Amino acid sequence: MSEPQQPRRTLIGATSRPLLPRHIKLRHDDARDRWTILAPERVFTPDPIAVAVLQLCDGNRTVETIAAELAQTYNAPQARILADIAALLQDLADKGVVTA
Amino acid sequence: MTAAAPTSVPSPDAAACARAPVGLLAELTHRCPLQCPYCSNPLALERAAGELSTEAWLDVLAQAADLGVLQLHLSGGEPTARRDLEEIVAGAAKVGLYSNLITAGVLLTRARLEKLAARGLDHVQISIQDAHAANADRIAHYAGGHAKKLEVAQWVRALGLPLTLNAPIHRQNIQNLPAIIELAVTLGARRLEVAHVQYYGWALRNRQALMPTREQVLQSAELVEAARERLRGILVIDFVVPDYYARRPKPCMGGWGRGSIVITPSGKALPCHAAETIPGLAFDSVREKRLRDIWLESEAFQAFRGTAWMREPCRSCELREVDWGGCRCQALAFAGDASLTDPACDKSPLHAAFAGIAELDANLPPPPLVFRNPRAGARA
Repeated sequence: MSEPQQPRRTLIGATSRPLLPRHIKLRHDDARDRWTILAPERVFTPDPIAVAVLQLCDGNRTVETIAAELAQTYNAPQARILADIAALLQDLADKGVVTA
Repeated sequence: MTAAAPTSVPSPDAAACARAPVGLLAELTHRCPLQCPYCSNPLALERAAGELSTEAWLDVLAQAADLGVLQLHLSGGEPTARRDLEEIVAGAAKVGLYSNLITAGVLLTRARLEKLAARGLDHVQISIQDAHAANADRIAHYAGGHAKKLEVAQWVRALGLPLTLNAPIHRQNIQNLPAIIELAVTLGARRLEVAHVQYYGWALRNRQALMPTREQVLQSAELVEAARERLRGILVIDFVVPDYYARRPKPCMGGWGRGSIVITPSGKALPCHAAETIPGLAFDSVREKRLRDIWLESEAFQAFRGTAWMREPCRSCELREVDWGGCRCQALAFAGDASLTDPACDKSPLHAAFAGIAELDANLPPPPLVFRNPRAGARA
């Protein structure tokens, strides 16, 4: 028997593979025509960039891969996107919306 | 698929939905084995015989989802006292409502929790009365309750469900706040609500026994701030202050008839838990009217919606669309008129007296607790 694991903060880096835990639901709210994140006793309304990032958080893609895909889609410098989305994902991880 | 329906013109329904409540608080029953002296239920508890049927609740949930409600809070009383909770949870999942079970936990078995999870329950919130069993059981007036709650919390985590602990805070447990925060971490909760008791209903009846001092409240705020920093990414702490010591009122329910709707066990639709204390307001029932019509048009929801009902100093206040005038029930209880400024606001002429009462209560010896039960409610 191993000791129970101490809860740890999820730290997001370039090689993290982020995903939404089962109980977090990214959903289009048709009534209000906007995207929402449904979380325990919380409703977040992510901006379009956060939605684009979260739709790629499948637990397989790394943050680097996600940045590369978005850099291509939006024709923007990859290094800048990587820094921005790592910060965004860290914030979401601290809110319990993303794990890795 | 043949001709596609035009999508560019929003239907009147969509316009109504845009104004819909985000959350629906379903008070499934007022029955509860616990007798917490700060219960948010009214003093006049509704009886089991008058509760809505399973079918009526399922219909309400479908109507709610259709209206644009996103989250369902299953509460009470103790919601697990309803034998049909599984069906209600399944109904919520079917119509796409995010379901949150707000429970004392003491009636649950592991098998039942497994069933609820399988039916699509999204999240569990367990209330605790203290971190120390003896005091927790004394406050809930229920022997063995605390130990059972800890066991249920472990089942919740073992089943992979997210867990929130809710800890109502008052002068009889505030000294144990550090231990309460540690308990939340140990149990694997990702959220903790450090909720200073709000003084309505049963809590108002017990105000002198529960009110902390201003210093205790400030200390609790500092403690929470330090814990948030230390536990970043591990535990999210929501902190609710008692507004007797505040300068500005809270935006009660996110504004009257604005973000949330409460359905009582018998089916009355309320803008907030305590709304029935306001005389002269008529509340419609989901037994008689559609939820959408109640939300959009009923007299009770219109009475204090928006800012048109406001008097000075609210009417010209730059914060009128921030706090929406605070709490109508508190204005009624303290100022005698629900359309006056919430005395929690320091722009209210009654603010000093309001804060003074709290200071006085907190510094008097605590009287015995009046426990929440139908008998005490009938006497009140």
